[in-house]
Amino acid sequence: MTGDALLEIRGLKVGFPTPEGLVRASDTVDLEIYPRETLGLIGETGSGKTVLGMAILRLLQPNTIIEGEIRYRGRDLLSLPEAEMQRVRGREIGIVLQNSGTSLNPVYTVGTQIAEAVILHQGLSGPDARQRAVELLDAVGIPDPVRMAGEYPHRFSGGMRERALIATALACRPNLLIADEPTKGLDAVTKRGIVDLFSEIDRDHSVLFITHDIETAGDLATRVAVMYAGEIVEIGGAEEVLGDPAHPYTRGLLASLPERGMQPIPGSAPSLITLPSGCRFSPRCGCAVENCSREHPGLVEVGSGHYARCMLYD
Amino acid sequence: MIEVTDLETCFSTGFIRRRVVRAVDGVSFRIEEGETLGLVGESGCGKTTLGRSILRLVEPDRGRIVVDGTDVTALSRSELRCFRPRMQMIFQDAYTSLNPRMRVRESVAEPLKIHRMGSRTDIDRRVRELIEEVGLNEEHLNRRPYELSGGQNQRVVLARVLALKPRFLVADEPTSALDVSVQAQILNLIRDLGHDYRMTCLYISHDLGVTRAMSSRVAVMLEGRIVEIGRTADVLDRPSHPYTRRLVDASLTGPCASLERLPLPAAPTTVEVRSGHWVEETV
Repeated sequence: MTGDALLEIRGLKVGFPTPEGLVRASDTVDLEIYPRETLGLIGETGSGKTVLGMAILRLLQPNTIIEGEIRYRGRDLLSLPEAEMQRVRGREIGIVLQNSGTSLNPVYTVGTQIAEAVILHQGLSGPDARQRAVELLDAVGIPDPVRMAGEYPHRFSGGMRERALIATALACRPNLLIADEPTKGLDAVTKRGIVDLFSEIDRDHSVLFITHDIETAGDLATRVAVMYAGEIVEIGGAEEVLGDPAHPYTRGLLASLPERGMQPIPGSAPSLITLPSGCRFSPRCGCAVENCSREHPGLVEVGSGHYARCMLYD
Repeated sequence: MIEVTDLETCFSTGFIRRRVVRAVDGVSFRIEEGETLGLVGESGCGKTTLGRSILRLVEPDRGRIVVDGTDVTALSRSELRCFRPRMQMIFQDAYTSLNPRMRVRESVAEPLKIHRMGSRTDIDRRVRELIEEVGLNEEHLNRRPYELSGGQNQRVVLARVLALKPRFLVADEPTSALDVSVQAQILNLIRDLGHDYRMTCLYISHDLGVTRAMSSRVAVMLEGRIVEIGRTADVLDRPSHPYTRRLVDASLTGPCASLERLPLPAAPTTVEVRSGHWVEETV
């Protein structure tokens, strides 16, 4: 791939030491995010997708073991001093965390919380920041933004809170927006509103859209990466990955959708402490051959810019 | 068979300025024996309150509920308790449905003990049977909810429900917190067990894909009322009410109808657009 990526992750390993052993939440992940693209990162609970998003902004707990490189515009974020990292967070790379309900402070009005980010990162004065907060709420489709800026988070519905958080993340016009499950727990109509918002916002930033919702990823992403047990098992154009999946896990995910026959993948995801030998998906894989449990497959190019971590293509 | 007639459940909020919210507003429908009726609608439309009202987990203000020939609304508190095993509910969050201090063995045995269904050895044997029916095994019996995954906890909840061999089950979004591959496992399980136990079911969900897979008929709820009801294929493939059309649109990719509020008539009338497919008339 070309070297003009906005963000380049090389050999990223993230481990959490626990009394039971090291939890390998992310294992040798290579990933690029290009300017203005939306990269959908899909995977199930515990596959390591949230950890990847948090690792980019160095938001993981201090005892986490992190190896590898995360290069943002040529600078390695992992070796940046904390003070400089502080300037990257919010201003260069914005994040919308999971669970909108707990991300907002209940004792400040939503307008104040958006303004706080603007004052901190862009040096605007109080009244100007306030005005900007109202504009941002308007831009993300909050009705009556002047009044709503003065309301507390509990007056916002789940969908509106999500919009307010997106507004906060966009406040400083970041180059990269990491959105972690912004549609989780929302009903179909509200979810649709958030998906439309992401596709409508006029922007020149890139988005890393983390979700377990395959359809939402298909709606929004130009490229899709699929994670399983801490590894990227398939990556490529959204149409190729979701329309013609190469990896048996991606195929299994799609087949388990109610619309596509609701065929579950046998077994359950492995523990990240004791990972299966060879291919991590092999114990659950219908296509597995003897070699699969012995050799750990690398990513193989199966189409233009479309890679799968599977022996089938070796 | 379940028959609900003109059910109404209100909540009043506010201390000084009292406001009454009619969460369920004159709902009537039937579910035939062994049938699954899907109930869809946005958050806040009253679907959960409707499910809870039918089981009298919240007291309805008006209307009649008949479950297998028994008028549930007329039962006294103690009569209701004896009737409970015949109608059960499973909830969205299995983890909070289970007592965190109880092991799986105790959780599954609890309903059997409360309703005095057999001796200790009988109960013990039944617990083992149940745990296998829901796809868990003996090694799970001594675990507590925090030692199990979301899908496994939902299996424990199912085992608890099945212990009582209910005739009627209200399932309130039991898989909305689960991953798709786990969701497929649990949905298949509910469908198979529902069939084996010949349960009548009200399946509440906002996911039209899930509803389509689970139910033979579907009811669409908006602001406490059922605005459209009929066979799943009729309602979801040939929706007649503008709100249903919007729900179907929202779950598809591509352009979507406007999301503004629909004006609803104050005194609704329903018309039958095709056999068994009823729609509320719009203004």
